[in-house]
Amino acid sequence: MTDTAPAKTTFTITVDGKEIEALPGELLIAAAERGGTYIPRFCYHPRMRPVGMCRMCLVEVVGPRGPQLQPSCMIPVADGMVVDTESPTVKKAQDGMLELLLVNHPLDCPVCDKGGECPLQDQTLAFGPGESRFVEEKRHWEKPIDLSSLVALDRERCIQCDRCTRFADEVAGDPLIEFMGRGAYTEVNTFPDDPFASYFSGNTVQLCPVGALTAKPYRFKARPWDLDQVESTCTSCSVGCRMAVQSSNDRVVRLLGVDVDPVNHGWLCDKGRFDFEASNSDDRLTMPLVRTGDTLTESSWGVALAKVTEALSGAKDRHGAGSIAVLGGARLTNEDAYAWSKLARTVLGTDHVDAQLGDGLPAEVVLGLPRATIDEACSADLLVLLTGDLKEELPILYLRVRGAVQDQGLRVLEISPVETGMTRYAAASVRAVPGELASAVGHDTAKALLQGAGKVVCVLGRQSVAESADAVMDAAAALLEAVPGVTFLSGLRRANVHGALDMGLAPGVLPGRISLADGREWVGSTWGELPAEPGLDAHGILTAAAEGKLQGLVLLGADPLADFPDRDLARRALAGAGTVIAIDAFLTASSRQADVVLPAAIAGEKAGSTTNLEGRVSRLNQKITPPGTARADWMIAAELASRLGGDLGFESVAHITDEIAAVAPAYVGITSAALLSSAGFDGLLTGGLHDAHHEGPPSMGRGEAVEVDAVAAHGDNPTVEVRDSSPAPDQPDPSAGSEPHGDESSTAEAEAILAGGEGDHVEAVQKSAEAGESVATRPNRPAVLRSTPTVTRRAVPAVDGYSLRLVASHKLYDDGTLVQHSPSLAPLAPGSVVRVNPADLERLGVTAGDSVRVTSSRTALTLTTQADLGVPRGVAHLAFDQPGPGAADLIDAAAPVTDVRLETI
Amino acid sequence: MSVTASQSVVFARMGDPEAHTIDRYVATGGYEGLRRALSMKPEDIEAATTASTLTGRGGAGFATGQKWSLLADAYPRYVVVNGDESEPGTFKDRQLMERDPHQVIEGALITAYAVRATRVFLYVRGEMALAQERIGQALVDAYAKGYVGSNIMGSGWSIDVVLHWGAGAYVVGEETALLESLEGKRAFPRIKPPFYPAAKGLYYQPTIVNNVETVSTLPWILRHSGEEYAALGAGRSTGTRIMCVSGHVKNPGNYEVEAGNITFRDLIYAPELGGGIRDGHTIKAFVPGGGSAPWLFEDHLDLTLDPGPVAAEGTMLGSGAVVVMDDSTCMVRAAWNLVRFYSHESCGQCTPCREGGNWMEKIMWRIENGAGRMEDLDLLLDVGQTISPGSFPHASNKATGLEATPWPYRMTTICFVGPSAVVPMHSALTRFRDEFVAHIEQGSCPVGAHA
Repeated sequence: MTDTAPAKTTFTITVDGKEIEALPGELLIAAAERGGTYIPRFCYHPRMRPVGMCRMCLVEVVGPRGPQLQPSCMIPVADGMVVDTESPTVKKAQDGMLELLLVNHPLDCPVCDKGGECPLQDQTLAFGPGESRFVEEKRHWEKPIDLSSLVALDRERCIQCDRCTRFADEVAGDPLIEFMGRGAYTEVNTFPDDPFASYFSGNTVQLCPVGALTAKPYRFKARPWDLDQVESTCTSCSVGCRMAVQSSNDRVVRLLGVDVDPVNHGWLCDKGRFDFEASNSDDRLTMPLVRTGDTLTESSWGVALAKVTEALSGAKDRHGAGSIAVLGGARLTNEDAYAWSKLARTVLGTDHVDAQLGDGLPAEVVLGLPRATIDEACSADLLVLLTGDLKEELPILYLRVRGAVQDQGLRVLEISPVETGMTRYAAASVRAVPGELASAVGHDTAKALLQGAGKVVCVLGRQSVAESADAVMDAAAALLEAVPGVTFLSGLRRANVHGALDMGLAPGVLPGRISLADGREWVGSTWGELPAEPGLDAHGILTAAAEGKLQGLVLLGADPLADFPDRDLARRALAGAGTVIAIDAFLTASSRQADVVLPAAIAGEKAGSTTNLEGRVSRLNQKITPPGTARADWMIAAELASRLGGDLGFESVAHITDEIAAVAPAYVGITSAALLSSAGFDGLLTGGLHDAHHEGPPSMGRGEAVEVDAVAAHGDNPTVEVRDSSPAPDQPDPSAGSEPHGDESSTAEAEAILAGGEGDHVEAVQKSAEAGESVATRPNRPAVLRSTPTVTRRAVPAVDGYSLRLVASHKLYDDGTLVQHSPSLAPLAPGSVVRVNPADLERLGVTAGDSVRVTSSRTALTLTTQADLGVPRGVAHLAFDQPGPGAADLIDAAAPVTDVRLETI
Repeated sequence: MSVTASQSVVFARMGDPEAHTIDRYVATGGYEGLRRALSMKPEDIEAATTASTLTGRGGAGFATGQKWSLLADAYPRYVVVNGDESEPGTFKDRQLMERDPHQVIEGALITAYAVRATRVFLYVRGEMALAQERIGQALVDAYAKGYVGSNIMGSGWSIDVVLHWGAGAYVVGEETALLESLEGKRAFPRIKPPFYPAAKGLYYQPTIVNNVETVSTLPWILRHSGEEYAALGAGRSTGTRIMCVSGHVKNPGNYEVEAGNITFRDLIYAPELGGGIRDGHTIKAFVPGGGSAPWLFEDHLDLTLDPGPVAAEGTMLGSGAVVVMDDSTCMVRAAWNLVRFYSHESCGQCTPCREGGNWMEKIMWRIENGAGRMEDLDLLLDVGQTISPGSFPHASNKATGLEATPWPYRMTTICFVGPSAVVPMHSALTRFRDEFVAHIEQGSCPVGAHA
C-alpha cells in the first residue's frame, strides 16, 4: 500500500554515519530497516497508512535549523538526508516514550499471552529505561471485554497505537472498532450493540503490539516460547494465503499470517485463521471404520484396506473399470491429488474422477482460459466479477481487490444476481437474472464500461449453485466476444480445487492441464496405459451411481450430501452405489453411509504443495503428527495401488513433487527444490500464464538454467526459522531478511525459475530415468489446454407469476466439516434464511421474520424469511450449505434454474 | 495610571444590546465592508489585508494576508472560521459571536470572496449555546436579506455558509483537528507536513482557517483601509486586538486595545482596563497569552504587548488572555489546575501528551496534597523533557539573575497540546521551586487559599 513502484533512481541517505540506498518515496523507517538499522516502532506497519502516533520512531534528521526530532514513519527519504538514530536526544526520547507507554500499562507479563513475543516488552528491553519512576495508581478498565465472539480486548494493556482500528477501517472496510474517550482515558471499543463482527478480526490480534487483543481460540493456550512453527499455506479456500503454523505439545494452537506480496500481504480471514480448531477435535477419525450391518466399527488398516481392495478389484473384474469412480480431492495436496489421479487412471483404470462437486465450472474451461494473477486483477483497467461474493467465498482476494479499488482506483464491474460485499466498491453492479447471466454482460451499463477499457481481467466462478454452470459459460463466452483480450482469474473457492484439477482429478484431463487425448502418449510414457475415453463428472458419477451403474465409489474427502447442489440425487447415488469408500478426517453425512472409512491427515499434518486460484504453487509443511493412525492421502493411494497389484512408484512427497514437475507440462520447473528455494517463498507460478499461454508450453528453451542445487541447499530445511533480528516479531516472516517484493520482482523470480525449467526438467527427468525410465524414448511434451467456454444458450423457462427464482450462494461460515468442528466458528454459520425483496414479501403477504413454506420441484421446506433490498424482485436468496435442511434439498441439478414458491403457513 | 483610548475596530458595537439583529447591524455600517469588497478585485482585497498587517488572533499570530497568499491553486477551496475558542482565559470570540454575529459572517464572506472560496464553514464551539443561537439567527436573516447565498447584493457572486457546532473538545481549536472534526471524524490533529491547510485543508482541498476575531476585523479594514489599520498600535503589534483580562483584577473583561502602545502594567492596572489587583493583595504571577503561554511575573509588567519582546521573555501573546494571580494563589495548585486541563483535553493520539500530561497531573496532585517527594521535582521536569525536549522557554528572574529562555519550545508531540501541559508546570516550578519544596516538607499546602 505504501510501497509504490520503485523508480529507477535511488537516493543515498546517511543513517548513523552509514550511507545506505533508499528508494524515492520510501519512508525513512523502512529505508533504515533495509539498510540494517532498526528504528523502534509500535504504530507503524508497512501495510497500513502511517499515522505517527506512538512517537516511538523519533530520530534526529538534520535540517536547515540543525537536527530535529522527527517521526521516521512519517518522513519520506530525501536524497542526501542525514539521520541519527542513536544520539543522546533520540535515546532520551525513546527512553521517555517507553516509560510513558508503561505508565498505564499493567506489568502483568507473566500472565499475558503476549509475554515472550511482545514488541512492548522487547523494545523496552532494547531501547527503554530499566525501571519506571511511576508510583501512582494505573488506569483501570474492566478486563477483558468481548469485541466479538472471537476477539477479546483488555483495555488496560492497550497502548492506543491505532493498528487494530486502522486495519478495521482501512484494510478490512469494517470500521466497527474506534477510539473513544480522550486523553489517558482513550479506549478502543465497539459501538453500542454493534460487535466487531468482521471476517478479518483475527488480524487485529496479530497486529496488536501488546497483549490487549487476544483471540479466544488461542487465549491462555500456550506460551510463545513453547511454540514451534513452520511456514505453510492456508487451504481453507483457494486464495492460498501464506501463514505460520504454530504448535505446542503436538497440537496446532495458532496460525499467523505471513506477508507475501503477490497473495495475502500478511492477512488471513477468520475462517482460515481459526479453523485449525477442527484438527484438534475429539471427533477426528483415528482408526479405519468398516461397516458391519448398520454400523461402522473401528478396524485396522489391514482389514479395511483388504476390504477396499476386494471391493475395487471385484468391481473392476466383474463390471469393468468404468464401474469405479473417484469423487472429491479439493482437500488434498497436489501430491495427494497426483497420486489419486495416477491410481484411478492406471491401477483402477477409470476416468470417472472429479474434484468438483457440481458446484464449480467445467474443468477444461477452468484450466484452459487465458489466465491472470491476483496482482494483474488488481492492476487491471477494469475488473469484471462474474463470480460469487468475494467477501464470502475468497475473503483475502476481497481484501486485495477492495484495497486496489480504494488505493489505486481500480474499477470493478460486478455482474451478480444479488448484492454482494463488493457491490459498494464496484463502479457498476449489474443485476443478472439467474440463469441468464450472459444477457447481463450485454447490459448497457456493462457494455459502457467494457468498451474502451484497456486491460480487462475477469474473476470467473459460480455465483449460484441453483443455476446451471452453463449460464456462467455463456456469460464468459459473451465477455470474450466483447473483450477478446480478457484474461481470467478463477473464482472457484474450494481449497486446493485448482491443484486437484491441475493434477487431473477431472474427467478427460491429465496432470499439467492437458487433455486426455493430447497427453495420452506423454503421460502414458510414465504412467502406462490410460483410460480410452473421457469419464463422467460429478453429476454424471452421481447419476450413474443412482442408476446402479457404479460398483465402487471413492469419496476423497467429499461429502456430496452436504456439498453437491442436489441433495436428492446425492442421496440416491450413495444408496445406489455398490461399495462406498470414504477417505476423510471426520464422519460426515456422506461418510456415515460408506462401507469403509479411512482416516486421513489434514492441513498441518502433512507436507506437500498446493495451487491457488491464480495457479501459484506454494508449499505445505507438516507441523504435527496426524491423530491416531490417520495418514496422508497419497500414502493411502500408494498402499492401495500395491494391494491392487500396481505400483505408483512413490517414495516420498518430494519424489512426487519432482515427478509432477517432470510429467505435468504446466508444472515444469516446480520441483521440490524450487519450492524450497527463496524464490519459492512467494509460491511459484505455474506455466501457461501470460503470453506463454498463446505461445505453447512455457519455458521451452527460454532463459537460462538456474542452479537448482544451490536453491536446494538453501532451502533443504522445511522448518521455519522465526526471524528474531527484529524486536517486533508481530509479523512472522520466515524468509529471514526478506522485504516485500515488488510485483515485478517476484514475478520475475518465479519466471526465472520457470525459464530455468528446462534445466530442472532435465534433472527431474534424469531422476525419473534413474527410476527406470528413458529420456530418449519420451514423446514430445504436449501444449497446455487452451479452451473457450462452450456456448449452450440453454433455454431457461420463464418464471411463473407465483414463483421466485432461487439464488443459492456460499457464506464464509457454513456447514463445512472444518467450520462445524471448530467450536469458535460453528455458531457463526447464519443458517438457512430466505432473503427476499421487501416488495415481494409484501406482494406475497409475508411479514419479514415469519416462517414460510418454500416449495420447489423437489420438495417443500419451512424456512424463516428476511427482507433484503440487496435481493432484486423476483429472486429468493438462500445461503448454500448451512446446517439443516436448505437449498440443496430444493435444487434439481439437471435443471437450468430453480424456481421456488413461498407460501404462508 | 491612564492609557490613551484605543480605536474601536471589532468591538465598536459592544455597547449596543441590539447589535446582533440584522437591522441594527446594517444601520451601523454593517455589510458595507462586504459591499465594498464585492466592488473590488479579490487580489486587491488580499493586498489591503496584507497592508493592514493583520495577524491571526487565534494564538499563532500568522500574518493573515500571507496565509491567504499560500493557497494552493486548486478548487474547490474553503474558508473555515474557527469559533472553537477554548484557550483557558480567553472569552473574546464568544462575545463577538454572541453580540456581533453579523460582523463574523461579513468578515467570513469578505475572506471567501478575497480567496475565491467556494464555501464557508462556521465552526462554533459546542458549549457556546448563545453564540450558536445568535450566529444561527444571523445567518438565517443574512440569507433572507441577500447578504449570503445566491447573487449576493446583486454582485453576481454567490456562496453558501455552513454552520457546524463542535462536540466539546479543546483540541479542536488546533486547526487541523478542527478540519478533521468538520469532516465528521474524531478530532485528531493532523501530522505536519502538510503544514498549512492553505495547501491541503478540509477534505484535503486548499482551505483558509481564520479565527473569529481575525475575520471580524476585515469589515472595518474594508470600510477604511489597510493602511489606516496598520497605523494603529506600534512595533510588531499594529492594529487593535482584544485582550481578555481575568483573575484577581478589579475589572475582568474584554478590552480592545492598540496593543503595541501599552504594557502589561497598563492592561492590568489602568482604571479603564483591568483596574489593578483586588484590594489588599499584590500580583504574584500572570498568564500573558492564554493557558498555553509561559507565565510572567511582576518583573515583566513593563513589557509592551508586542510579540518580539514577549518572545524574548520566553512566552507569547497567544490568544490575548491575561490571567492574573495574586499573592493568595498557591502556585502548585494553580499550575496543577492548568496541567489537569491540558491532560483532560489531550485527544489521546500521541503518547507523550496522552500519558505525560496525565502523569504530571498525578504527580502535582500528590505534591499539592502533601504526598510529594523531593525527587518528584526533577521527575516533573524530566517528564516535561519527554514531551518537549531541550531548553524550555521561561521568563527571566531579576532576583536570582536567571536569564530568560526565549519562546518557542520544541516538541515530540503532534500538536501543541502536549507542551501546553508542560508550560504551567515548568513556569511555576522554575519560579517557585521553594513553594513546591514547602509543600513536600510540610506535607500540605502552605498557601491554603486557592486560585
